[in-house]
Amino acid sequence: MKTSEIENILKEEVYRIAPDIEITIIDRESDLREEFDIDSMDFLNLITALSNRFHIEMPEADYPHMMTYNKMIAYLDEHIA
Amino acid sequence: MSEFLMPSLGADMEAGTLVEWLVKPDEQVNRGDVIAVVETQKGAIEIEIFEDGVLEKYLVDIGKKVPVGTPLAKIKQAREAETLKPRPHIVPIEVTPEIAEIDEFDNVPEFAKPQKGRRFRITPAARQLAETSGLNLASFKKNASGPGGAITLFDVEAMIGRKPDTSIEIASAVGPVKMTGMRGAIAAAMSRSKRDIPHYYLAHTIDLSKAENFVIKSNEVRPPTDRLLLGALYLKAVARAVGKFPEFNGHFIDGLFQQSAAAHIGMAIKIRGGGLVAPAIHDAQSLELDVAMSALRDLASRVRAGRFRSSEISDATITISSLGDRGVESLYGIIYPPQVAIIGFGTPSMRPWVNGETVEARRVATITLAADHRVSDGHRGALFLNAIDIFLQEPETL
Repeated sequence: MKTSEIENILKEEVYRIAPDIEITIIDRESDLREEFDIDSMDFLNLITALSNRFHIEMPEADYPHMMTYNKMIAYLDEHIA
Repeated sequence: MSEFLMPSLGADMEAGTLVEWLVKPDEQVNRGDVIAVVETQKGAIEIEIFEDGVLEKYLVDIGKKVPVGTPLAKIKQAREAETLKPRPHIVPIEVTPEIAEIDEFDNVPEFAKPQKGRRFRITPAARQLAETSGLNLASFKKNASGPGGAITLFDVEAMIGRKPDTSIEIASAVGPVKMTGMRGAIAAAMSRSKRDIPHYYLAHTIDLSKAENFVIKSNEVRPPTDRLLLGALYLKAVARAVGKFPEFNGHFIDGLFQQSAAAHIGMAIKIRGGGLVAPAIHDAQSLELDVAMSALRDLASRVRAGRFRSSEISDATITISSLGDRGVESLYGIIYPPQVAIIGFGTPSMRPWVNGETVEARRVATITLAADHRVSDGHRGALFLNAIDIFLQEPETL
C-alpha cells in the first residue's frame, strides 16, 4: 500500500474522532493527542479502527511509536504487509 | 390504561421537545424499550418506558415542546389487573406543579391569578436562567405566561432571544456571552448546586503503579477492541467503595436523602466543541471489569454521537470526573444535584514515592471528593477516599 493511501485512511479515521480539527493546521511532529485534542478513550478508538482497517495488531507497547501524526504514518507503513 | 409522561431528565429540566417516535400505535412495548427521542438542553435523549403493554395513541405531536410530566402517549397495559412492580432503584420523576401546558394558560381560574402588589411567581428553571443571564426578574412580570401569572422558562427564553434548540454555542465573541443550550443547562445545574449544597472537599494522593501495571499486563495479550483503560478501574473501585459507604450514593430531594442500593455511576464525558454530560453506567457494582470497560466505551461513543438514554441521565447516584492523561494534578468537582458526591481523578504522573526506607519513582495521582455536608461528614469522606485507594491497590479483584 502506498504511503499516500495509508495517510488517507488515517485522515478518515482521525476525522471520525476529531471532525473539528483541520489536518492542514496541525503540527505533524507534535503529540497527536494534543494536536487533535483527543483523550485516552479517543486514542484507543483510533487504534481500534486502524487495527481493523489494516489488519495489524498495534500493541500497546508500540504506542510510543505512534505518538505523532508522522510517526503514526511511518509505523503503519512499516507494519502493513 | 396508563400514560407515558415526559420525564424529568435532571434537576434543571422543565420541558422537552418530542423529536421522534420509535414505536407506532398498536405496537407492543416492553419495559426498558426506547420508545421516543426528546430534545433537551443536553442533546437528543432516548426515552425508555418502564412497563409492558401496547402503545395505544400518541398524545403529543412531533416537534412540540411540553413541560415535564405531560402525558406523551396512552399505554394499554399488558394485563390491566396485574400490579406493576416499581423499578428497583430511584427514578426521580419530578412534576413541577406550577407548570401547565401552554394551551391551558387561558383557562387559569380567576382566583389563581396574582393580585396587585403580591410577590410574583417564577418557576425554578426560569429563575436560574434569568439569573445566569443577568436579567432583572421584575421586568418579566408583564410577560408572564404561566398559570397564575407565573414566569416560566419559556418567558425567559423569549426575553433573552434563546431559541429552543440544543445547538452548542462556543463562547468566542468578545464581550458578554449569553449562556445558551448546553452551557445554559450546566450553568443552571451548577449554580443550583453551589447555592443549595454545602460542599466539603477532601484530597488524597494514591500510588497507581499496581493499577497501571495491571492494565499494561492485561492489554499485552488483547486486541485493541478488548483493551482496558484506567477509567474502567476507577469506575469499579468507586462502585465497590460506595457499597461500604452508602451515604455517598443516592439522591437528596426535598430534605430527604434516598440511599441507592445500586451504584449507577455517572461518568463526566466532555463533548467536542464545549460542554459535558455525566450519564450513568447502571449497576456498576455488579459488572465484571471487562463488561464495565465495554459499557464505558459504548457510553462515550454514544455521547460523542449525541445519543443517550433518559435513564442514563436521571439515574446517576454519584459521579466520577477524570482529567485523563493530559490534565493537571487535581480536580475538585461540583456535585450534580440531586446527587451528594463527586469523585475527581487527577492526571497520573511519575513522582517520588517513599516505600519503606527508599524513595522510588511511581505513577501517582490525586483523587478528590466533593460531598454534601448535609448527608455526610469529613471523617466518613476520608474513609471513603481511602477505600477507593485500597480497591485500586488490588486491581485484580475489581
